[in-house]
Amino acid sequence: MSEERSGANILVESLVRQGVEFVFGYPGGAVLPIYDALFGDERLRHILVRHEAGAGHAAEGYARSTGKPGVVLVTSGPGATNVVTAIADAFLDSIPLVVISGQVPTALIGSDAFQEADTVGISRHCTKHNYLVKDPADLAAVVDEAFQIATTGRPGPVLIDIPKDVQIATAIWNDGPTQRRQRYAPRTEGTAQEIAAAVEMLANAKAPVLYTGGGVINSGPRATELLRELQAKTGAPVTSTLMGLGAFPADHADWLGMLGMHGTYEANLAMNQSDLIVCVGARFDDRVTGRLDAFAPNSKKIHIDIDRSSINKTVRVDLPIVGDCATVLEQMLAEWGSRKGQDLTAWKARVDGWREKKSLSFPRNADAIMPQLAIQRLFELTKDKDPVISTEVGQHQMWAAQHFHFFGPNKWLTSGGLGTMGYGLPAAIGAQCGNPDSLVIDIAGDASIQMNIQELGTATQYRLPVKVFILNNEWMGMVRQWQELTYESRFSNSYSDSLPDFVKLAEAYGWKGIRIEDESQLDAGIQAMIDHPGPVIVDCLVHKESNCFPMIPSGASHVDMLLYGDTVAGTMDDEAKALV
Amino acid sequence: MMHIQQEAEERHVLTVTVDNEAGILAKIAGLFTARGYNIDSLTVADITENHAVSRITIVTHGPPSQIDQIHAQLERLVPVHKVVDLTEVGPHVARELALVKVAGTGEKRVEALRIAEVFRARPVDTTTESFIFEMTGAPDKIDSFVALMRGLGLVEVGRTGIVGMMRGAEEA
Repeated sequence: MSEERSGANILVESLVRQGVEFVFGYPGGAVLPIYDALFGDERLRHILVRHEAGAGHAAEGYARSTGKPGVVLVTSGPGATNVVTAIADAFLDSIPLVVISGQVPTALIGSDAFQEADTVGISRHCTKHNYLVKDPADLAAVVDEAFQIATTGRPGPVLIDIPKDVQIATAIWNDGPTQRRQRYAPRTEGTAQEIAAAVEMLANAKAPVLYTGGGVINSGPRATELLRELQAKTGAPVTSTLMGLGAFPADHADWLGMLGMHGTYEANLAMNQSDLIVCVGARFDDRVTGRLDAFAPNSKKIHIDIDRSSINKTVRVDLPIVGDCATVLEQMLAEWGSRKGQDLTAWKARVDGWREKKSLSFPRNADAIMPQLAIQRLFELTKDKDPVISTEVGQHQMWAAQHFHFFGPNKWLTSGGLGTMGYGLPAAIGAQCGNPDSLVIDIAGDASIQMNIQELGTATQYRLPVKVFILNNEWMGMVRQWQELTYESRFSNSYSDSLPDFVKLAEAYGWKGIRIEDESQLDAGIQAMIDHPGPVIVDCLVHKESNCFPMIPSGASHVDMLLYGDTVAGTMDDEAKALV
Repeated sequence: MMHIQQEAEERHVLTVTVDNEAGILAKIAGLFTARGYNIDSLTVADITENHAVSRITIVTHGPPSQIDQIHAQLERLVPVHKVVDLTEVGPHVARELALVKVAGTGEKRVEALRIAEVFRARPVDTTTESFIFEMTGAPDKIDSFVALMRGLGLVEVGRTGIVGMMRGAEEA
């Protein structure tokens, strides 16, 4: 059946056709026709946020925790610019988003009209692709292609800018499948030669490491299973980037923990001393490699990545395989067959030696709750519920990555690439929408939580029982730490002055507020948080000057890690200071 | 003290076939700016009957690892069909068109016309005291011609930037 429909209507039908359940958005002048089309439509659930950045991060949290694309709807001008940070965040972390923005009517574009911004121009380099739709007849095909681009290949954000007149004008809508050209076909399989070479290298390695990343999560639950199978066949120890946590179970004997700047001693030393690194869906980010010219100097490197531009970008590899993680792992397993790898006993003994360093240990304090301990208790008391954890950005994020443990994919939501403070609360809200029966906890810091604090109201409105667990040390802790280690403790503007009373703030929004001031209250406070059926803020007052260790300082290599108790000079040379 | 280090650079000619859609040029030019790559010249025009596909020739320079990244980053763009690094694939033709305006009288005017003949530059506009020469050729040939005209009353130069194509019967 075909009939004339408005652009707004075609958009809504197209979203329904894509199986969209939730739209995270905020209305405004240039999207009123779309909001009118949504009115009373029960097929799509619109979640009204309090700021468009919240919509973007909520959609990211939804996407990351469900494996489905997140959908955002915002108005022109400030609506669109407010969501740019979330778009850039999704771009760096490869999160599938479809962002729909209203635009001033076609005839006014370029006239500096009210709430006009060049949204397509502004978002050009932080989207995987973007569109300005000038005819409602193009809308169905554009939406269809946008979802394909957002969700296939290396996932990412796609923006569709729709002028107001295009939302109102009509075009023919067909009930049948959308007709459009097919132009996007990312490569997903490795070649037979590549697979054979990779298996050969792996079978001959005496000191291999599997270095896995967010690509394994993005590839879907199957990739996680295949990774575990390949590990079982080869016996190789496994480390993961921040984004890849959960792809490999943290209670496995061959799990090394996270690698990189705040990774474990054993993970970084294993990378450094390995003879073969198999990188699966990770991208040799600067937070992972440390000093590039000293990165894993004696190892061969295989890099499996769906994005060819990730290969040889920072680290030159010996064998690149462009393809989807699950597909390539499946090919490798088939090629491996009943092969036997090298005896890794000596290698694992060395790894166990590094484990002896107990690099995640921290001193106990009689007068204050150590933040690491708070995370450990949070983990112990919630692990049976298989919670979804989001974080903000900073020390608390790294402590969560180190001391909370994950056993499956899609349980860990964090802003890795862009490092966006304010990500965690809206991400938790989005995750709770997609996982209504799960325990969803935002592990936060006192500074980060204030960056999107307005979203407390969103959770209240939709009865979303998200929990916010604030490690409150009254500092922008990671900034303070860098200033202590690099700038001789000149704490320029990193003190969290004038903090709100988080318990009262929670109550003002209709949340429950709990304060934990002493170690003796820790377990009971966490339990009260779990037991409360609605949303809860826990203001957990922790030791104020704790630093996050282990740490590879900027400009240092994996072998130059700082551990608790190491003496630190408190300053660095300019080359190190200039690094990110 | 810290100083900025430079790496050895190469010059490459890339041809990029793209969907001729709004914003594609901004996307490609912006990619170069955003990632700190260089554009020495860029030409673009549509090449199919229905104006659906454009061919862009980009001349760039940078360290070999960066040239490889440019190639990969261009391929990553959805509207990009194909990227060919002509410098990498081997023998290719690279041509440029220039318009060169020269003003003068007497011996200089005669000399300009004589040199133009040697370079096979064609006068496309003539007044009693000026010429506009049109010439096509490899960029260094145009460089030499322009250099000679400097002493003979050069007024202005317009150049298209390079259009390139692989030699032989095959499509690159």
